[in-house]
Amino acid sequence: MNNRNNRFLAAPYLIWSAGFIIIPLVMVLYYAFTDFNGSFTVSNVTAIISYVNIKALMLSIAFSLAATFMCLIIAYPLCLILTTVIKNSSSFLSLIFILPMWMNSLLRTYAWQNILERKGVINGILAFLNLPLFYIINKPPAILLGMIYDFLPFMVLPVYNSVSRIDKDLLNAARDLGADPFETFLRVIWPLSLPGVISGITMVFVPSLTTFVISDILGGGKILLIGNVIEQLFTQDSDWNAGAGLSAILMVFIVISMFITAKYDREDIK
Amino acid sequence: MQLQNNKLIDLQHITKSFDGNMVLDDLCLYIRENEFLTLLGPSGCGKTTTLRIIGGFETPDKGQVLFEGRDISDLPPNKREVNTVFQKYALFPHMTIAENIAFGLKIRKKSASYIKDKIKYALKLVNLDGFENRMPDSLSGGQQQRIAIARAIVNEPKILLLDEPLGALDLKLRQDMQYELIRLKNELGITFIYVTHDQEEALTMSDTIVVMNQGYIQQIGTPESIYNEPENAFVADFIGDSNIIEGIMIKDELVEILGAKFVCVDKGFGENNPVDVVIRPEDIDLLKPEEGTIDGIVTDTIFKGVHYEMCVMARGFEFVVHSTDYFPVDTRVGIRVDPFDIQIMHKPESEDEKAVEIDE
Ligand SMILES: Nc1ncnc2c1ncn2[C@@H]1O[C@H](COP(=O)(O)OP(=O)(O)O)[C@@H](O)[C@H]1O
Ligand SMILES: [Mg+2]
Repeated sequence: MNNRNNRFLAAPYLIWSAGFIIIPLVMVLYYAFTDFNGSFTVSNVTAIISYVNIKALMLSIAFSLAATFMCLIIAYPLCLILTTVIKNSSSFLSLIFILPMWMNSLLRTYAWQNILERKGVINGILAFLNLPLFYIINKPPAILLGMIYDFLPFMVLPVYNSVSRIDKDLLNAARDLGADPFETFLRVIWPLSLPGVISGITMVFVPSLTTFVISDILGGGKILLIGNVIEQLFTQDSDWNAGAGLSAILMVFIVISMFITAKYDREDIK
Repeated sequence: MQLQNNKLIDLQHITKSFDGNMVLDDLCLYIRENEFLTLLGPSGCGKTTTLRIIGGFETPDKGQVLFEGRDISDLPPNKREVNTVFQKYALFPHMTIAENIAFGLKIRKKSASYIKDKIKYALKLVNLDGFENRMPDSLSGGQQQRIAIARAIVNEPKILLLDEPLGALDLKLRQDMQYELIRLKNELGITFIYVTHDQEEALTMSDTIVVMNQGYIQQIGTPESIYNEPENAFVADFIGDSNIIEGIMIKDELVEILGAKFVCVDKGFGENNPVDVVIRPEDIDLLKPEEGTIDGIVTDTIFKGVHYEMCVMARGFEFVVHSTDYFPVDTRVGIRVDPFDIQIMHKPESEDEKAVEIDE
């Protein structure tokens, strides 16, 4: 009886997921495994085994790993400082991290293009100060910077959540039992923050793996990530089947990464 | 007088304020080896702050903390030979019970076999053998509390600090744990500094009670002396029910209360000086009218199991009386108090000393 009620309440969510998750997924898979005429084929998927596509995929994975790592390196100490030093840190946090998230990510990426350009904001200032100019636009560091900037909030928020939830008495207890600040971090803070770290990793890694906007705008179209390859197949070549084939491959990588993190989530956090 | 080298912890002129609010003001207190000392007082009077200063979690604004004569005011908590049992247990939720207990020993790099023996010994001591592989959240509050104690004592601290360790437990469990704690203390032979706002708990367990209010020590003494000879109205009121009446000390061993002269045993309060007089409810004898020092009328009677609690109105003052004899409401009675049951106290001289409001 109660059960039926619950099912009724869940209906909007089920309809929503059917409409916006399952149907697009089925369509991607349909296009991926059919050819131009609609008959079954695996060639769209096996197309990944070409020099260009493999290179793009590897490059994407490398960029995503680097961006994820950098986000963690930046976000974790930041969250530690926010939770221990600053009072009312959550309002401060929302101000500097959540506010920019309301801005369209495309706009933010264009803003970075503007800042980093050969005659952009940074070089304008450097030139004014008679300092050597700084060229990273259209190079890998610019793409990495764009990813870190765009996806940092996705690391900060879950990490902040898990770190701020740690009971201060646990830290006192660790100190009381003889642990110095570093041991307290290693044995108490870090393991208790792992759930946040793991969801942060997933939430940065997945969008980094699939982005094409950042590499387009900050890479000047010279650096092809797997997202750019897929985008070109869809928009320039209008070959939906080929695009869907590579998308399916990418999905496999996403699912694998989520499985790995989910597994760690369950094992480490008892 | 205590010998200097007998003091394990010596708090000297400790002052501490938070955001301009004075929480401890010139607090002086020492704890002798093997003592069970209780800080007793209403919530917010600075008990936890005192404990945190001893544990090293707060630094006093002024004053010194001496440990065996050595100044440890600036020593971080991990360097102090003191362990704390936190009010809300503070067990590490991501570790098993065994890992929780082993925490301090692993940090001190003890051998695996030593740690294993210690865990077994500690679990036995707190009556939780076989709990090694359970997780903290699968334990009841009382069990978690005992693990918190086990986790502290395996480190063989000189002093165990306990902050209202039984506060979250229900009455029956609390009473059982009181005996457990006393047994533990006797078996381990370590010094306990115990914090509570429960006067019964303090009276049951302690060697020494320190009654605090609003950052000041009101009285230090054995449970008997605190109960029988409260030094001021706050202590008298906080420790059990009492009748606190304003009186005038006529001369040594004679006090006037409510216009009648009572013989007492106190001396040295001068002549014709105003004083506060404390009479415990169980120390009042009810007699036939005219047979006591003054007469009164019973206004209320409640049966409390062992005794009756009665209110007796006499000359405008309502006495609370505990007696095994029953007097119905509206009975006229005589009131008599033995001289040694009358406790004379100085009137508070300053506002600080007055501080008699009880928050809880
Ligand atoms: N970290 C702190 N910051 C500000 N005020 C505090 C802090 N710790 C305690 N206080 C204040 O100090 C007073 C005494 O607190 P505490 O020592 O915890 O009392 P008790 O343990 O006797 O209830 C209270 O008024 C409390 O609000
Ligand atoms: Mg307290």
